[in-house]
Amino acid sequence: MAKKKVKIIKVDLDKCHGCRACEVACAAFHSKPKYGIVNPARSRIRVYRNELQNVFVPVQGSFYTKAECAGRHMYKINGNDQSTYDEDMSVCSFCGAACPSRDLFKEPDSGLPLKCDMCESDPPLDKPMCVKWCLADALIYEEREEEGEEEPKLDEVDTALECLVDKYGMEKVIDGLARMTQKE
Amino acid sequence: MRYGETGYYLEVDLSKGSVERVPSDTKDTETYLGGLGTNAKIIWDRVPPEIDPLSPENLIVFSAGLLCGTSAPGSNRTIITSISPQTRYMAFSMMGGFWAPELKYAGYDKVIVKGKAPDLVYLWINNDKVEIRDASHLKGKSTYDTIHMIRNELNEPHAEVLAIGLAGENQVYFASVETESSSASRQGLGAIMGSKNLKAIAVRGTKDLYIAKPMEFMEECNKVLDYIQFRLQNPIPGVPAILSYIGSPQEMALHDEKWHTMSFSWGNARVRRADFWNEEIERQWTETLETARKKLVGCYNCPVKCHGIIQLPGFPSYVMKCFSKLTYVMAALADDLDFGLKIAAIAQSYGVDGYTTPQVMAFAIELYEAGILTDQDLPNFPKDNKERFYYLLDMIVKREGIGDILAKGVYWAAREIGKGAEKFDHNTIKKHEQIPIKLGMLNPIYFIMWSTGEKINITQIEGQIPQAPLPKEAREDFVKDWPQVPTGKEERFKQFILEWGEEGKVFPFWPPADLIAELVEWQEIMHYIDDCLGLCAGLSSFPLKPPYHIHNLPLLISYATGMDMTEERLWETATRVRNLVRANNIRRGLKRSEERPPDDHWKKRFPEYEAKLMEEYYKYRGWNSEGIPTKETLLKLGMPEVYEDFVKRGILKDE
Repeated sequence: MAKKKVKIIKVDLDKCHGCRACEVACAAFHSKPKYGIVNPARSRIRVYRNELQNVFVPVQGSFYTKAECAGRHMYKINGNDQSTYDEDMSVCSFCGAACPSRDLFKEPDSGLPLKCDMCESDPPLDKPMCVKWCLADALIYEEREEEGEEEPKLDEVDTALECLVDKYGMEKVIDGLARMTQKE
Repeated sequence: MRYGETGYYLEVDLSKGSVERVPSDTKDTETYLGGLGTNAKIIWDRVPPEIDPLSPENLIVFSAGLLCGTSAPGSNRTIITSISPQTRYMAFSMMGGFWAPELKYAGYDKVIVKGKAPDLVYLWINNDKVEIRDASHLKGKSTYDTIHMIRNELNEPHAEVLAIGLAGENQVYFASVETESSSASRQGLGAIMGSKNLKAIAVRGTKDLYIAKPMEFMEECNKVLDYIQFRLQNPIPGVPAILSYIGSPQEMALHDEKWHTMSFSWGNARVRRADFWNEEIERQWTETLETARKKLVGCYNCPVKCHGIIQLPGFPSYVMKCFSKLTYVMAALADDLDFGLKIAAIAQSYGVDGYTTPQVMAFAIELYEAGILTDQDLPNFPKDNKERFYYLLDMIVKREGIGDILAKGVYWAAREIGKGAEKFDHNTIKKHEQIPIKLGMLNPIYFIMWSTGEKINITQIEGQIPQAPLPKEAREDFVKDWPQVPTGKEERFKQFILEWGEEGKVFPFWPPADLIAELVEWQEIMHYIDDCLGLCAGLSSFPLKPPYHIHNLPLLISYATGMDMTEERLWETATRVRNLVRANNIRRGLKRSEERPPDDHWKKRFPEYEAKLMEEYYKYRGWNSEGIPTKETLLKLGMPEVYEDFVKRGILKDE
């Protein structure tokens, strides 16, 4: 079996105190120009905060999905059904998906999905920005070798296109691209 | 395009029910930075002294600082400015937390509120969409319930909400403005919200905030972060533990309260209990706090954990910080911390100031014991001090019976009650309750700070120098590595630290008046800068050797905003803001006679020497012998309109 390198950010929930520095650092790093815009709504890591109940959970943007999961309609937590966001924890609180049921992990203007890319850049950082800025050490960066084939990764453009196709249909996206090409 | 700031204010007129998004003037940013600075300008321009604090014409400004929402660690302060119902001067109560950055992301630097809504309302700011919403269902609700209910009804778990409780609605003169994590407590700004029928402001923002020089800015932020980490791991040797860290005094983390319980006064700022702290008390208090405090937390984009989440069975969960841990315990002459944690839970739900409230109650108990207040005023008054505190708190917040008068604070209540009650008002300056400290020998540096501080709160002035001479062996090390000192002052300030405590170099007649003035100015200027930028004093002006100082702040401002800021220009700007705040108060009648600590603040006083110190300090600051900025000072700072107004009002003579 071939080896592949796996990068992960582990979360020590006991240490997170909900300051959102990870969001600030992530949003700034991923902005264009780099560090030129601060907007936590663009962050690929979000902290679920419920201060008075002492719950702080950093959640990384994980995958894009065009359908919402069944969880919202199945569970009741703290007496609340999950059809709306409640300030109390919901089943969605700890989910990293960019899904149709909420605005988390989506670019605020375009609605395109946001996913943690481990701050891959050239030159590479020694650890992702959120980990670097987490002086609480709630975020822990790990690299390890695992057995398995390297999967070809969908890059950001592919994910964005997939998302557009889901939203508008293949035909409209192709038409739109054609129009843009002609203008250029 | 604007950098660092959004360039927009939200103007809300609650009488008309109108909301307007107004671009701000870049010139104001250059002249006054933002936060407190531009707030002071708005108050100067739009709230003349004829306007009563509790009238609809008064403004209340909820401002983010210039750097709020940027990557600069700890740039999260909300600066709320209005005219205080208690002092009748310009008030600028502040809080950390999460509200100000959210406002910037919604696209505004300030929310300016005037008028009075016909019924209780709250404001909902969701990026470009702003609504004045009915809040009749929130009437009488606690601060926490209000915040919780608003988030739920808006279906917005990410909305940041500031709110008043019952105390604010009832216009208690020391009502606070609360968020779930922080409060702007001093000077009664909750009462101003109450007078406008404004229960809360909820804000949600998902817009971009731009940085002018991104790479340079981030590099400076990283340096600050590194220094924060260094200071968290390296407390300053030679000072009490409570003063050795950065952030607010770490009273949620540390259990050793010997310094506060021994050196501060108990009751109505009345007695010191030198032998209070012992092993048994320390054991009990440690256990109480360790049980009640569920986690150490803090504010937006800050790694320092100054707050503690307190959960006690039967009481609302809340967040506590700093000296409020002790204020109720000490004022009630109680021995158990448990009482302090419990009554603070109730007090914060009502939304009252944790400094003033306990002192008003201790004052009332003294009046009762002196026979000035009677069983008629306080029917069925309990015997036990702790029970009396719960009793009085309810009475004050609900403004029932004598509580209606006590709700105005010690100064006004003493005068309204009469019968000698004035004598028991011995811990207010400019009508505002002070930290309960009564000491022995006059401290000439603190004398000037207590007297002239426009914030009327010593912790908002002090910070860059130790409170007592350092032990001999610690002095060399302290000055060796002290990059925070302003350019040109290095030798003088370092010499001060090295000599302080040597023979003949002790208070009260040392240091010389000119050095006192310089030390006071430095400490105060750093606070004014923070309050313009929205930086937490806990990382900047308040602790010894802070991460932010006069050398990196100009860089951060330049890189964030694109302005060309230098040390000299920043100093001048802060001086301008300091003078404008003073001008607002001079115009409202601030007199030199009010600029003094209470008679018994120190046992040993020196009236002639104190007068000379004040003269020297006023002169150093460019103020006349009444403490009024002179024509020369005002023109040099580029504020001819202030001079003209002073002449028109007969405050200064036309020269």
